[in-house]
Amino acid sequence: MFFSTMQGAVELGIIYAIMALGVFISFRTLNMPDLTVDSSFTLGACVSAILTIGGHPYLALIAAFLAGSIAGSITALLTTKLKIQPLLSGILVMLGLYSINLRVMGNRPNINLLNRKTIYSILQGTILEDYKIFILSFILIICVLLILYFFLETKLGFVLRATGDNPDMVKALGTNTDFTVFIGLAISNGLVALAGALIAQEQFFSDISMGVGMVVIGLASVIIGEVIFGTNSLIRRLIAVILGAIVYRIIISFVLELGMPPTDLKLISAIIVMLALSMPVIKNKLSFYRKKRANSKGGKYRC
Amino acid sequence: MLNMETVSKTFGIGTINEKLALDTISLSLNEGEFLTIIGGNGAGKSTLLNCISGTCPIDKGRVFLDSEDITYMPEYKRSRKIGRVFQDPLRGTAFDMTIEENLAIAYSKGKKKGLTRGISKTDRKWLREQVALLELGLEDRLKSKVGLLSGGQRQALTLLMATIVKPKLLQLDEHTAALDPAIAKKVLSLTKKIVKEHNISTMMITHNMNVALEYGTRTIMMHEGRIILDIKGEERKKMTVDALIEQFSKRSGTRLSNDRMLLKKN
Repeated sequence: MFFSTMQGAVELGIIYAIMALGVFISFRTLNMPDLTVDSSFTLGACVSAILTIGGHPYLALIAAFLAGSIAGSITALLTTKLKIQPLLSGILVMLGLYSINLRVMGNRPNINLLNRKTIYSILQGTILEDYKIFILSFILIICVLLILYFFLETKLGFVLRATGDNPDMVKALGTNTDFTVFIGLAISNGLVALAGALIAQEQFFSDISMGVGMVVIGLASVIIGEVIFGTNSLIRRLIAVILGAIVYRIIISFVLELGMPPTDLKLISAIIVMLALSMPVIKNKLSFYRKKRANSKGGKYRC
Repeated sequence: MLNMETVSKTFGIGTINEKLALDTISLSLNEGEFLTIIGGNGAGKSTLLNCISGTCPIDKGRVFLDSEDITYMPEYKRSRKIGRVFQDPLRGTAFDMTIEENLAIAYSKGKKKGLTRGISKTDRKWLREQVALLELGLEDRLKSKVGLLSGGQRQALTLLMATIVKPKLLQLDEHTAALDPAIAKKVLSLTKKIVKEHNISTMMITHNMNVALEYGTRTIMMHEGRIILDIKGEERKKMTVDALIEQFSKRSGTRLSNDRMLLKKN
């Protein structure tokens, strides 16, 4: 029982890690809070569901990535060309995508994929059947990790990373930051949509509200990864995000095992992110009071 | 080389804070000329530089660089021809990236940002040699994050980044004002060395009158958006700080009330 729960958590964690890498690009690399994620995840799932029904589960992944990229680039254009605040741009696109997602699914709130051929069907009937989701997701995440790593180490990747650090510098060195934000958000939301597409195939359904809170889950994974595994080098940061996503899923499944109703999950996610984000402040406060106490004790003896 | 024709810029037009920052300024700079710019706060020195670099769009007039009209060219495109170092050491570098990554971005200025490797082996060797010229020991710390460097080290690095691809024009906006005197001196002598070696046309804003006269080949003084003094050659060689202050009072019709400028007399 325990083993199968763990296996399920790790499998889901690996798939969600792709989404978390997307969130990493917008939040950390571009330093931009991009809320498009909630809807581009659903968009990926919807596109994937429709094409899986049509019998093209592989094409579904590519199409989902592209659809997500388009969503991300619209957010980028709103921010860079129309100067709408990044947070608001994301919210606007998220809102608009809700209607589009419904249209993609043919005006149904959800689609059932039971007994359809998915990418995981390829291992159906082999000895690896029990681990099919783990194996395929693992191969995929390694590919995504390597591609992303080598991309961020290219000349284009360098300016992309510098954009989040210091956009003034990027402009002063001759690169248009509008362009880097565009590329960054397109890739970010492409990855998020890809994760949505995989989740839809893994769970055999897509639902209009399946993306709600995704950005928070992604952020939680990024932060958990940073806290536990560090931020030293680029490759380490990327691996940390993946491990963070897996740890997050394990925490969630543990909480569920304890008897927490699944409907409380979003609350748990919010609390985890809240704690993780406030960690530096809490640490500072604690050390401040410790010093204060130590110092005032010393003061007594001096008098 | 650089040509500004009757350039005007007003901030906050139609508000109570309306301020004329540049008043029909005409200025031309010859190839290889090193211009130092002095003037009180709000004289328009930084605005002058920003109007050339494209950070701030002008209201009237024309700006030419190398006989190309750049008046309406976006900032990032002008940056391919103009190297800049700001007063704030944090503005010139990406803190969360390594020294060599920062340099690599600067080195690829004006080139296509494609999917080739960020730093090739030959690049790395060359960048290392360039950093060694700064004589700050940074060549052994190429993989350190820039966030770990001191302000002076950062500013020296920014200077190198601004000139590693030879710019048509180098702009230095009080780039040593935030540094302690010893390191400021070091950065200034580095500036002199680099500018001379590559024969780069340079504009440098400073609050220090001694520096303004000691470095460079030409000095202008600004007041309320106008150039009130422009000296070079023999006239400049004979100029002293005291004479400069006197000139200021005479030409601006006000006493030099800027404490910061007076204090930096020596």
